[in-house]
Amino acid sequence: MVRLVAFFIGLFFSGMLLVGLGDTVIQAIQEPAQPTAEHEFHEMPLAVSFAHDGPFGKFDRGQLQRGLKVYSEVCAACHSLNLVAFRDFAALGYNEEQVKALAKGWKTEVPSINPETGEAASRPAIPADKIPSPFANETAARAANNNALPPDLSLITKARGDGPAYVYSLLMGYRDQAGYKNEEGQELLKEFPEAATPASLHFNPWFANLNIAMANPIAGDDQVTYDDGTKATKAQMAKDVSAFLTWTAEPKMENRKSAGWAALGFLIIFTVLAWMSYQTIWADKKH
Amino acid sequence: MSFPWAQEYKPQGTVSKWVDERLPLPRLVFNSLGAGYPVPRNLNYFWNFGVLAGFALVIQIVTGIVLAMHYYASVDGAFNSVEHIMRDVNAGWFLRYAHMNGASFFFIVVYIHIFRGLFYGSYKAPREMIWLLGVTIFLLMMATAFMGYVLPWGQMSFWGAQVITGFFSAIPLVGEPLRQLLLGGFAPDQAALNRFFSLHYLMPFVIAGVIILHIWALHIPGSSNPTGVSIKGEQDTVPFHPYYTAKDGFGLGVFLIFFVAVTFFAPNMLGHPDNYIPANPLSTPAHIVPEWYFLPFYAILKAFTVDFGIPFTGIIIVEAKLMGVLAMFGSILLLFFLPWLDTSPVRSGHYRPLFRKFFWYGLIPSLVVLTYCGGKPPYTEWVVLSQIAAAYYFAHFLIILPLVSRIERPLPLPNSITEAVTGKPLEIAAA
Repeated sequence: MVRLVAFFIGLFFSGMLLVGLGDTVIQAIQEPAQPTAEHEFHEMPLAVSFAHDGPFGKFDRGQLQRGLKVYSEVCAACHSLNLVAFRDFAALGYNEEQVKALAKGWKTEVPSINPETGEAASRPAIPADKIPSPFANETAARAANNNALPPDLSLITKARGDGPAYVYSLLMGYRDQAGYKNEEGQELLKEFPEAATPASLHFNPWFANLNIAMANPIAGDDQVTYDDGTKATKAQMAKDVSAFLTWTAEPKMENRKSAGWAALGFLIIFTVLAWMSYQTIWADKKH
Repeated sequence: MSFPWAQEYKPQGTVSKWVDERLPLPRLVFNSLGAGYPVPRNLNYFWNFGVLAGFALVIQIVTGIVLAMHYYASVDGAFNSVEHIMRDVNAGWFLRYAHMNGASFFFIVVYIHIFRGLFYGSYKAPREMIWLLGVTIFLLMMATAFMGYVLPWGQMSFWGAQVITGFFSAIPLVGEPLRQLLLGGFAPDQAALNRFFSLHYLMPFVIAGVIILHIWALHIPGSSNPTGVSIKGEQDTVPFHPYYTAKDGFGLGVFLIFFVAVTFFAPNMLGHPDNYIPANPLSTPAHIVPEWYFLPFYAILKAFTVDFGIPFTGIIIVEAKLMGVLAMFGSILLLFFLPWLDTSPVRSGHYRPLFRKFFWYGLIPSLVVLTYCGGKPPYTEWVVLSQIAAAYYFAHFLIILPLVSRIERPLPLPNSITEAVTGKPLEIAAA
């Protein structure tokens, strides 16, 4: 009885799937899926390497400090970094005084209240504060940005596939749409005339739908002046800020990797010993 | 214990004698995981995975309890509390990554454990009850993992909860009220998050309870083995301790090396980037996908694309969506009936030439294809592939297995485990 019922249920499910299969195929032939501009012209992140890549990789402190400078002078105008506190910057190689100075000198102040009147006010940041947001709230952020919301950058390199390379590619990826061709030599506006970027947006093939609200933030060389004398080329700035945002997303990366090697070392010894005791115990037992 | 040659627990000291007379807990351990449990001598490495699954549950419970001390189940605070754990709690990043990847590794070892059972016929008499309890544990694990994935309240958490509770709304008449009852509202919100947290904390202990029943049921007939031949004499067995404690120790080491390699060096490999974006009910992700271990079932759900009705009349009896939901649950529930679908008296796939072909060239590829397609967007090629694979999946268990059991001519079985291992016949000691 079980087998008979099972047989008919199986026949029903498998049968309906095969009918569905036929239906899918017929539909695909009658109305083949139209290629979309996103599908044909969206680019995968560029290959870029960082000091922190790989199981032994460590952050390059100098690069992180340069990245912080790019963030604070360029990105911080619109993007918040809600999950990072000034005290965390000690990990970038700043001492206590420098962290205090960074907090105090931050362009945006921390929202507060007037202790006398209780009215809204602001005060300079201290190391315990999180990085203050450039906008008071989402509405203010949208109002200032053509109704687009600049995302918080704390986790951006973990919230996008191949994150550090994605941020780098996006920053380097602004192109002139007129005459833009992909690797197959297809010209975007000839293939998809309707994909022309609307006036308020900016063409960038590394962005999911090719049109991003953010204007090219790093337009050319020397937009910031690095304290360590590194030449601030466009690629250098893009790479430094990507490294910095990798750190903001994963500040404990170095602890994680070093703990990982210790754990692996312990486990390899444990496993070898376990293997030897297994062999010894089973020595007289064929199995 | 069922075998007369099983060693008996003999308490040595005064204290152990005192305990044994009052609460024979050491005796229970001795009989279930110690020298008092005779086990077939020929178990291969696939038999490590039961112990590994138990260990994975322990990892989840231990890391989970500590995480719960720092986690805050609130739609405003959950996401940031997880990031607080990652950044400011001592070794919090380790606890969180271990818990997150621990879930994946729990499923990896449980899937291997299930496939071991499927290939070696571990579900057959007299071990049906072990199998039924095992499928129950699997279902409980799936519910627990789903609710755990919701807790960080990222984009995939929220939209996963939206989609999965949406399955219930496919049920005619009572569907939508049922969904609202489950969620405590019209959409996933504070009420849903709170109850998911509560249940996510409860269910592992329910799982632990069912595992105790699973092991209890195992100790009635004793462990199965790769030949599928029942134990016939003392020579066929070795005491669990030290033989299998040593072997499981080695297996545990290898398992932990893989677990540590992923947890420390590629902790986000098995996750989805969108879950690092805070949940936003107003912005639907481009592709909502569940965790990898649910992908085969998700592919089955999506593979049903046509309504079932009377042709040319427009009368629909079962809508495609409902059928997909039924099939998805059915694909797991059918495992409960497996002991009665596969009627072949031979347990091990080694001695079943036809069964083996369908297992390796049918079932395994279809599940690989379903897992792969489950994570893909609904383009024609992926839909077609998952329809073929899902059709095979149901046919395999519900049609092919009963038929194979009937027509197959099994290979000759060895007379005993000892004979299979040593080539010499088993000598049964005169009682």
